[in-house]
Parts: sequence; structure tokens; C-alpha cells
Amino acid sequence: MRIFVCIKQVPDSAQIRVHPVTNTIMRQGVPTIINPYDLFGLEEALRLRDRFGGEVTVMTMGPPMASDSLRKALTYGADRAVLLTDRFFAGSDTLATSYALANLIQKASDNWGKPDIVFCGKQTIDGDTAQVGPGIARRLGLTQLTYVSSIDAIDPSHGTITVRRRADHGVQVLQSRLPAMITMMEGSNEIRRGRIEDALRAASAEVVQWNAAAAGITDLGHCGLRGSPTVVKKVFAPPSREEKATLVGEGAANPTAVANDLITQIFARQPVLEGDLMHAAARH
Amino acid sequence: MTRNHFDAIVVGAGPSGNAAAYMLAQRGLNVLQIERGEYAGSKNVQGAILYADALEKIIPDFRDEAPLERHIVEQRVWMMDDAGHTGMHHRSDDYNEDKPNRYTILRAQFDKWFSRCVKEAGATVIYETTVTSLMRDASGWVVGVHTDRNGEGITADVVILAEGVNGLVGRASGLREELKPENVALAVKEMHFLPQEVIDARFNLKGDEGVVIEAMGTITEGMVGTAFLYTNRESISVGIGCMVSDFTDVGQATPHGLLDRFKAHPSIRPLLEGSEIKEYAAHLIPEGGYKAIPELVGNGWLVVGDAGHFVNAVHREGSNLAMTTGRLAAETVADIILSGGSCSRHNLAAYVDAVKESFVMKDMKKYKDIHGFLKKGRHVVDLYPRLMNRAAQTWFRVDGVDKRSKESTIMREAWRARGIGGLMGDAFKLMRAWR
Amino acid sequence: MNSSAPRPAAAAGSRAGMKKELPEHFRSYKHVWVFIEFEQGEIHPVSLELLGEGRKLADQLQVELAGVLLGGCGAALTGAAGICHSYGADVVYVVAHPVLADYRNEPYTRVMTDLVRKFEPEIMLLGATVLGRDLAGSVATTLQTGLTADCTELAIDDERSLAATRPTFGGSLLCTIHTLNFRPQMATVRPRVMPLPVPDTSRTGRIVEYQAELEESDIVTKVIDFLADRNSESAQLAFADVAVAGGLGLRSAENVSLVRDLAQVLGGDWGGSRPLVQKGWIPSDRQIGQTGKTIRPRLYIAAGISGAIQHRVGVEGSDLIVAINTDPNAPIFEFAHLGVVGDATVLLPALTEAFRSRLAVNRLAG
Ligand SMILES: Cc1cc2nc3c(=O)[nH]c(=O)nc-3n(C[C@H](O)[C@H](O)[C@H](O)COP(=O)(O)OP(=O)(O)OC[C@H]3O[C@@H](n4cnc5c(N)ncnc54)[C@H](O)[C@@H]3O)c2cc1C
Ligand SMILES: Cc1cc2nc3c(=O)[nH]c(=O)nc-3n(C[C@H](O)[C@H](O)[C@H](O)COP(=O)(O)OP(=O)(O)OC[C@H]3O[C@@H](n4cnc5c(N)ncnc54)[C@H](O)[C@@H]3O)c2cc1C
Ligand SMILES: Cc1cc2nc3c(=O)[nH]c(=O)nc-3n(C[C@H](O)[C@H](O)[C@H](O)COP(=O)(O)OP(=O)(O)OC[C@H]3O[C@@H](n4cnc5c(N)ncnc54)[C@H](O)[C@@H]3O)c2cc1C
Repeated sequence: MRIFVCIKQVPDSAQIRVHPVTNTIMRQGVPTIINPYDLFGLEEALRLRDRFGGEVTVMTMGPPMASDSLRKALTYGADRAVLLTDRFFAGSDTLATSYALANLIQKASDNWGKPDIVFCGKQTIDGDTAQVGPGIARRLGLTQLTYVSSIDAIDPSHGTITVRRRADHGVQVLQSRLPAMITMMEGSNEIRRGRIEDALRAASAEVVQWNAAAAGITDLGHCGLRGSPTVVKKVFAPPSREEKATLVGEGAANPTAVANDLITQIFARQPVLEGDLMHAAARH
Repeated sequence: MTRNHFDAIVVGAGPSGNAAAYMLAQRGLNVLQIERGEYAGSKNVQGAILYADALEKIIPDFRDEAPLERHIVEQRVWMMDDAGHTGMHHRSDDYNEDKPNRYTILRAQFDKWFSRCVKEAGATVIYETTVTSLMRDASGWVVGVHTDRNGEGITADVVILAEGVNGLVGRASGLREELKPENVALAVKEMHFLPQEVIDARFNLKGDEGVVIEAMGTITEGMVGTAFLYTNRESISVGIGCMVSDFTDVGQATPHGLLDRFKAHPSIRPLLEGSEIKEYAAHLIPEGGYKAIPELVGNGWLVVGDAGHFVNAVHREGSNLAMTTGRLAAETVADIILSGGSCSRHNLAAYVDAVKESFVMKDMKKYKDIHGFLKKGRHVVDLYPRLMNRAAQTWFRVDGVDKRSKESTIMREAWRARGIGGLMGDAFKLMRAWR
Repeated sequence: MNSSAPRPAAAAGSRAGMKKELPEHFRSYKHVWVFIEFEQGEIHPVSLELLGEGRKLADQLQVELAGVLLGGCGAALTGAAGICHSYGADVVYVVAHPVLADYRNEPYTRVMTDLVRKFEPEIMLLGATVLGRDLAGSVATTLQTGLTADCTELAIDDERSLAATRPTFGGSLLCTIHTLNFRPQMATVRPRVMPLPVPDTSRTGRIVEYQAELEESDIVTKVIDFLADRNSESAQLAFADVAVAGGLGLRSAENVSLVRDLAQVLGGDWGGSRPLVQKGWIPSDRQIGQTGKTIRPRLYIAAGISGAIQHRVGVEGSDLIVAINTDPNAPIFEFAHLGVVGDATVLLPALTEAFRSRLAVNRLAG
């Protein structure tokens, strides 16, 4: 099977700080990581490759530094890495991002053959829109399978696939056709630790690097700031929340008294919830 | 060349390992560097002083690219009692020179940059991989390493252990003894973020100028140790360290408790006010000095940096000794391998000679008795700072007492506290230890 | 150092400076649309919340508010359209077709884009649910317009432009996003942020039926089964109204049952912090946090969890966070709404009993 995995390099959310004076995001010294959700897609891709043979290509659009994340993906066992980088892509919103990535995938297909599956993460932890996967699928005419929790059956030779997809009140079992865009749900697998051979290969492997022209992108009007219909007009800190948690049950005689105090406080703040819980309890 | 064979394997990507791997790659050797952290510097305490000289000998034009925070124009040495400090400040515009001698750096960024240089020089660098043991042949000669990843071991002509103070590989492989509590200090450190303008104003700085404060006294509650504060561009590093043995034998305090007290000290608190704290790191510093230096070379292996206990505790130098020993080791190894020799204990001994010739061993020797002195004479860290602050107060207060009487009060207090013999003895011992 | 995200907050200024003109061919776009999520015969509450919010926007713009309803059965849709009217819609576009019976991206995207091209709305809102996010991304891409994700606040500015505000970086920042020179202006909106309006059953409105031209044979994706959560044993954390979770403060694997018991009494689901997964106390699909589930229950009870940032980002969207921890300085008290300083292994059983009797009493009374 031929599988492409889109990964995005994101700042480690745990270490993001907001400048107390200017309200801008302080990225200085904030380490970057592979968007955690993308690793579920990568692992799924590696498992399919191990089962069916073939190759896994990881790709990203980002600054030159993003090649660190690609290299890391290679240490997990991916076979090839491609970075699309150009100043024209700066300021891309999701529409411009999916344009660039769709072109990147097209170009990669020309070089190495068309993919059976393109994996994306469910969403990122920085932009957090979950829009890029569907955007790419739409542009390339891939079957769109988002929020997939497992691949139940797949037959690459006939181009069929059956997946479980998370819906709001249950799980859809979908039968569909390849090539597909799949975004994996978190927790559906765990990224492997690459072997020492993978680590060594990754360290000296070349990360293929293309600029817009090399990826065959000629219409720069669809790229970056110019190609982005959304405009960020304002970034601001939320009004600070009334300090800390209200402590309940201090000085109460026993755990039961604490529990009752707490329940009273909970329902005081969520009056509708009480009725709903009652109904739910009644149904049981 | 077999599949996984390298000329040299460097274990660790701290300053010593990076220096060694960089120099080896520069000389055209096939080098593998293995670092257990997610990236170089990811496991390292954040703020530090970089001594330019040692790095200049490796990367002469490092100033163009390395992530440096501020160059140091002022050094303050403070003796603290509970209410204040007495000290010496040294500041000079001469330090605003073309090629300043000392900088503050953030290790996470600096090590990452250095690691990038290593890769650009041609070394193979892998991260998130822990070397678990040394591979030996039947005769005990070290021929490679095993790691915690699945797969085969990796072989090399020589293994350079640059694994830092804990030195687990070296210890597990019987190359070195367990660390002794009296030979290591435990330092804790925090980063306090403040806007650059605020730091500039508080410390009277402009541009990239920076300040270092070193402090000792009652802040360590009778334990042997010091506290420090450095200005970075948009943050201040503060920390405190004491001998590990003292935490168990002398004080009741925890390292974190000491740091909290230091930060709350009236001389320090205003400097940190309003800052946002991030990251709290604890780290060991080998401070056993000259006498704690282990075996440095053997058949197929050698030791550099903190793993070799190369830290000058008195002057808070470590990374420069690490880089220098890393460089000297690389030069030795490159000379041997490029001339077709074997990395036997005998041949590698040239590294030990080079270290002895350098400032590294000379300084280590110079201070070889200082710890013994400090341990026996704890009053140095407690009593003298108190006396100094008392003396200063007595001297500077204008309260109708004549100056001669003030002088004799100061002397009397010192005598009473330590006795003339004690005072003289301390001075003598300190001089000897210093010499 | 350069930023890793293509669009750092600092770039906002330069972008805002670009004045974009609405091209002539978009000037005819009018009215506010709300996509009505209609599944298993029920309207998703977020759609009703959006009708309430859409009503305000429409009134301010002095245009109509429309609901858009897609589904398999005409009769059910007509009933649902009536509900939309009572929640504020002036008009409801109804598209009934067997192919639309279950949600699938392909036919829904096709119908939605056709509708937009034909009727030209200026604003289109969807719930930021699994369905809404799946659909919005493909519709916006097909229409080549801007889409703001997961908003918590909507407003109309002086120039009749939709100002969509959304939290970013785990809620530590907010940003306001506009789509200036494309139409429609699209946004998905987080459930349970906008108030649910009070329905007015006397309100009526128009229904516009639209004939979709769809063939089942053209659609490659088939729904072959639907496993409803209520019949399932596995974790439904991400969708539960009430979630209870434990951390290392539980102190032993056995005590996980205390968490489970409370969740059960509340009809909710349960989970835990990452160390519990690592210790094998709970299965990995019950991990809550950055590398586990992101949850947004109405009530979240965290017992013996310190509140590390990776845990925090997974629960911050909860309506009400209650923390039980022995350490009054535990970071979780910085973002919990209610807190109890105490031993979770004692309090959890007490809480379970107290809830049990409270809900039982109420049931008798009610
Ligand atoms: C604070 C903030 C808010 C934003 N809000 C919006 C908004 O409301 N609307 C909007 O259109 N844009 C928005 N953007 C811009 C958006 O983040 C960028 O377009 C970004 O390039 C991709 O979007 P995302 O991070 O949301 O990715 P998502 O759509 O959440 O990502 C889904 C998956 O797509 C893949 N992917 C995404 N980006 C890349 C990439 N560069 N390279 C490879 N694979 C990738 C990954 O597999 C990822 O897991 C916002 C940006 C920021 C920083
Ligand atoms: C609080 C504090 C402040 C200090 N301040 C200064 C200062 O201002 N100036 C100064 O010059 N020095 C200072 N030092 C000392 C200085 O940090 C050290 O001397 C220096 O870092 C030593 O470098 P190294 O490369 O030998 O070891 P380290 O920097 O410790 O690097 C060792 C590396 O090896 C890796 N490693 C360890 N084991 C393995 C393994 N088994 N497999 C793979 N990788 C492994 C580690 O992850 C680490 O990255 C300070 C130390 C402390 C604790
Ligand atoms: C890349 C990365 C991703 C991560 N992802 C996640 C994630 O998705 N989810 C996650 O949860 N973590 C995640 N973590 C781990 C996270 O950083 C924390 O380590 C973890 O959340 C801590 O779990 P805890 O609160 O259960 O344990 P601790 O931090 O040990 O806290 C235990 C708490 O219980 C309290 N306590 C002790 N005894 C009692 C008692 N009897 N009654 C009440 N309270 C008591 C203590 O005061 C303490 O606050 C991640 C970490 C990394 C590095």
C-alpha cells in the first residue's frame, strides 16, 4: 500500500505562555512537537504497511524547522519525508493550507505513485480547526472518513475499506472506497518506538524539500495570506476568571456533610442538570 | 564497514559530547552520537553562564549564530545574612567588547544549536535513545553500545562517555564507582519571566548587557553551598545548590525550601517581583573536585565532562571544562584513528596527558582541598556572612558612636564568635586551599 | 526564532490592516442560515442554540433567519421544521431524499453547496460537533470561502461583517476572525455556549422544499451499521453529560471502582489521568487529556488529579469542574469551579451515596 501521512509541527501546548504585557504568544524557547493527533494516523499507516507492504510518506507544510518533526516521524519508521516550505505560504488559513497540501500530495503522487490512503490528525492542538483534512479530501476527490476509531477491513487490491466512525450518539460502521482521507480518533492506537535501525536511518535520511514552484504551485494567489479568506482581526486575553475554585465543605462534620454541601453547590450552578440527571436516573 | 559500525560513538549531547562529536566529525570521522533526551538540551537545567574561550577553540565564530542571551558586564558577590547582604560589585564598560568573554545562555536552546552544528559537521545524531550498556569483546575491550531500542547493538572503534554527572553507563559497566553524596551538589533552579525592559531597568542594563549575582551565607542554613541569579534576555535564572551529603547530615531544609527562602530574601525579592515562574529543575553537580576524578580511559573507551567530574566548583565552571575535555578527547581519538592506530588504553592515555597540560587539570588541582576545608569549617558559610553584615551595619550607621569604638566592637564580635586562633586558622587554611 | 504555526498571533496586526472589499458578485448574498443537525429523529440542541444566536444576527442585519434541514423522511422533516420556526427561523429549507437518511459527507456536502449557490446566504452557522466539523470543512472548501472553527461568540460589526471569536491555545487566548471578501461567512459554534432560546410555539414560518438530485449508486460510502452509545460498554467520555475521573490520588487500582460507581449513579461516564493508563489501572480509551480524550461534559468531577496542563487542556471546555484533592495548592484548583480539599477515597463513596439519595428523593417528589 502507498500511504501519505500529513503531520503538522506545533508548539508544545504545555509550554505556551502568553506575554503578560503584550498579550502575544511567547514562543521563544517553546519546544515544538508533532501534533499529537497526527501520531494516531502515522501509527495506523505503519501498521497497514507492515501488513500489506508498501511505503509510508510523511509530509508537512511549514517553516524549514519543521523538518525536525519529519525526521522524528522517520524514527518511528516512516519511509520518506517531504517538506513543503516557502515564504509564500506564511499566514495560510485552512483553505490556503489545504490548497498547498493538496498540491503537495499531487506532486508526491506524480513522483512516487498515487496513495491508497492519506492520513491526517483529527485536529491540531494549535489551530485546532479540524478543517484541513476535509479540505484536502474535497480538493483531491478522496473519500472523506473523519473521526475513525478503527479500520475493520481493508482490501487494497479491490480498493474497499470498512471503518468505524465516531458520530455524536454512536458509532457508524461505514463501507467505502479507496483512495480515502482518514482522520483517526485519539486513543485508537499508540505510536510505536522505532527500532535502532529506524533511528539511524532517520538521522541520515534526506528530507525532501520543495518550495512552491517545485511542488508545481504557480498560482500564488491561492497561497498564504493572499489565498486566505479568513482575517484575524483581533487577538486578546480572555477576561481572567474569578480566581480559584470555590472551596466547599470546609469545617463540615463528616464526609456525608461535605458531599451534601458539594451537591447543593453543583446544582446551584447547574440547575438544569439536576432535572436531567433525575430523568436519566429514572430511565435506568 | 559492517552495517552499524562507526569510528566513534559519543554517549550524550551535552557540552562535552557535542564538543567531542563536533571535533571528530570535523576531522572526517564517522561519528554516531546518542542522546537520551528528546533533543539536545531537553534534559538540561535551563540558564547558565557560557565561557567563550572554550567554545571559541571549537567553533571560532560561534557568536554569529549561537543563541546567546546577554554578555556579562557586572558581577556581584554577596555575603548574606537574614536581613541583607554585604558584597562586592564589579562592573566595567570594558566588557562591552567585540568578543565578550562570558554570556548567559539558556541551555535548552544552546545545546540544541550546538547539536545542529554537530549534525551539520556530518555526525549522525540520534535522540530519544538511551545507551543501556557497553558492548565488550571476550577480552573486555569496549567495542560498542547497546541501547533501549529494539534491534542490534552498534559497534565502534571507541566509545566516548559524555553522559553527565549520573554516568549510569559508566557505572553500570564498572568503569566508575557510585557517586558519593559528599562529592556531588544538588542544585535547584527556576526561570522567572519578566519583560526585557523590566530586567534592564532593575539591573541597570542596556542592550545585551547582563549581570551575575553569586551569593552565600545564611541562605544555605549552614550547609556548604551557594545561590546564584543570572539575567537572561527575558528571564532571570535563580538557583541554589548544596552538597548532597549536607541535605541529609546538616540541614533540615529541602532544596526547594532553600530556593523559596532565597527568593523571599529582602535582597532578592524585589529583583523577581511580578515575574512568571516557569520550570523548576533539579540537577546534580559533581563537586568532589580533583580527588573524585575517576579512571578516564580504558581499552576502547574514554570519559569526558561531568562524567569525569570535571567541574570547578569554586568558580562555577563546568561547561567549559566539559567542552575542553570533549575537544581534547576528540583530538586524541582522531589522531589515533586517522593514523591507523587502535584505541587502546595505552594510546588513549594521550588524552589524559592533554587534560593534565590544560587549564582543566591545573585548576582542578589548585582547588583540591577546598571542599575538605569548607566541610570542616562550616562557619565560613554561616558565621562570616553574619559577621560581615553586622560589621557593615555598625560601620555605616551614624549614631553618635565614634569610629574607633565601632572598630573595636567589630573586632570584639569577631573574636567572640570565632576566637583569634579560629580566625587565623581559617585564614590560613583558606589560603592553602585556594593556592 | 521563527514561529512554527503559519499564523502566529503577532501577525494579526498586519492582516487586519489589509482592507478587503466585498466583490460585486457576492453583494447579492443575504440572510443568515443555520444548518440543523437532525439525526435519529432528533434535532441536536446546538442547532437550536444557533437559531437563537442566528436570530440576533439576522435582526441586527435586518434579514431573514433560515434553518436548513436534510434527511430521509419528508414527514419527520416537516415536524422538525415546525420546531425550527418556534425557535426563531423565518424560513426552513427542507431537503428530503432517501440518500440523506443517514449523515454522510458526500451527499450532504453536495446538497449544502447546491443550496448555497442557489439561495446565496451571507452567513452560515453549524454546530462544532463531529457532524458539523466534518461537513463544514468540505462545504467551505467547495465554496472556497472562509470558515472559523469552534466559535464561542458571534457578533456583527459596523460594516455588516460577522465577527467570530474563538478560543485558542487551550483557552489562554481568544481571537476574532472575519471573512471579508467571500460569502457566505461560515462558522462552527461550540455546543452549550450559546443559551438555548425559549421556544415560541405560536411562531410560524415558511418552508421551502428543495428537490435534490441524488442517486444512491453515485455515493461510494455506505452506512452498514450504527452502534448507538446507549447500547455500548465502551467509553463514551467525549460525549457524556457527566464525567468522573480519577488520578494517582486514588492510590490503588481497586479504588478506580469508586470513580466508576459515582459515574454510574450520575448516568455518566468515567476515565482517568494518564498515569493510571500507564499503570494499567484503566484502559487507554479512558485517558482524559491532551493525548487522550478531550471532554466537554456539563459536569466534570476530578478526584485525586493534580491538574497538569496536559490534563487541563482536555477538560477545560467542561461547563462545571469539581476537584477533590488533598493538596490545597494542587494546580487543579486554579481552573476548577468547585473544590473540596480532602481524601478522594473517602469522599467519592460519600458523594455517590449522597447523589443516589438526592436523585431518588427528587424522583419520588417529582
Ligand atoms: C489561533 C489560531 C486560530 C485559527 N483559526 C482559524 C480558523 O478559525 N479558520 C481557519 O481557516 N484558519 C484558522 N487558523 C489557521 C490554521 O490554523 C492554519 O491554516 C493551519 O495551517 C492549519 O489549520 P489547523 O492547525 O487548524 O489544522 P487542522 O485542520 O486542525 O488539522 C487537521 C490535520 O491536518 C493536517 N495538517 C494541518 N496543517 C498541516 C500542515 N501545515 N502540514 C501538514 N499537515 C497539516 C494534520 O494532519 C492535522 O492533524 C487559525 C490559526 C491559529 C494559530
Ligand atoms: C544548577 C547548575 C548550574 C550550572 N551553572 C553552570 C554555569 O553557569 N556555567 C558552567 O559552565 N557550568 C554550569 N554548570 C555545570 C554544567 O551544567 C555542566 O558541567 C555541563 O553541563 C557538563 O556537560 P556534560 O556534557 O559533561 O554533561 P551534561 O550537560 O549533563 O550532558 C549529558 C548528556 O548525556 C545524556 N545522557 C546521559 N546518559 C545517557 C545515556 N545513557 N544514553 C544517552 N544519553 C545519555 C543526557 O541526557 C545529557 O544530555 C551548572 C550545573 C548546574 C546543575
Ligand atoms: C506529552 C505528554 C502528554 C500527556 N498527556 C496526558 C493526558 O492526555 N492526560 C493526562 O492526564 N496526563 C497527561 N500527561 C501527564 C501529565 O503531565 C501528568 O503527569 C498527569 O496528568 C498527572 O496525573 P495525576 O494528576 O493523576 O497524578 P499526580 O500529578 O501525581 O497527582 C496526584 C494528585 O492526587 C492528590 N492526592 C493524593 N492522594 C489523594 C487522596 N487520597 N485524595 C485526593 N487527592 C489525593 C495529590 O495531591 C496530587 O495532586 C502527559 C504528559 C506528557 C509529557
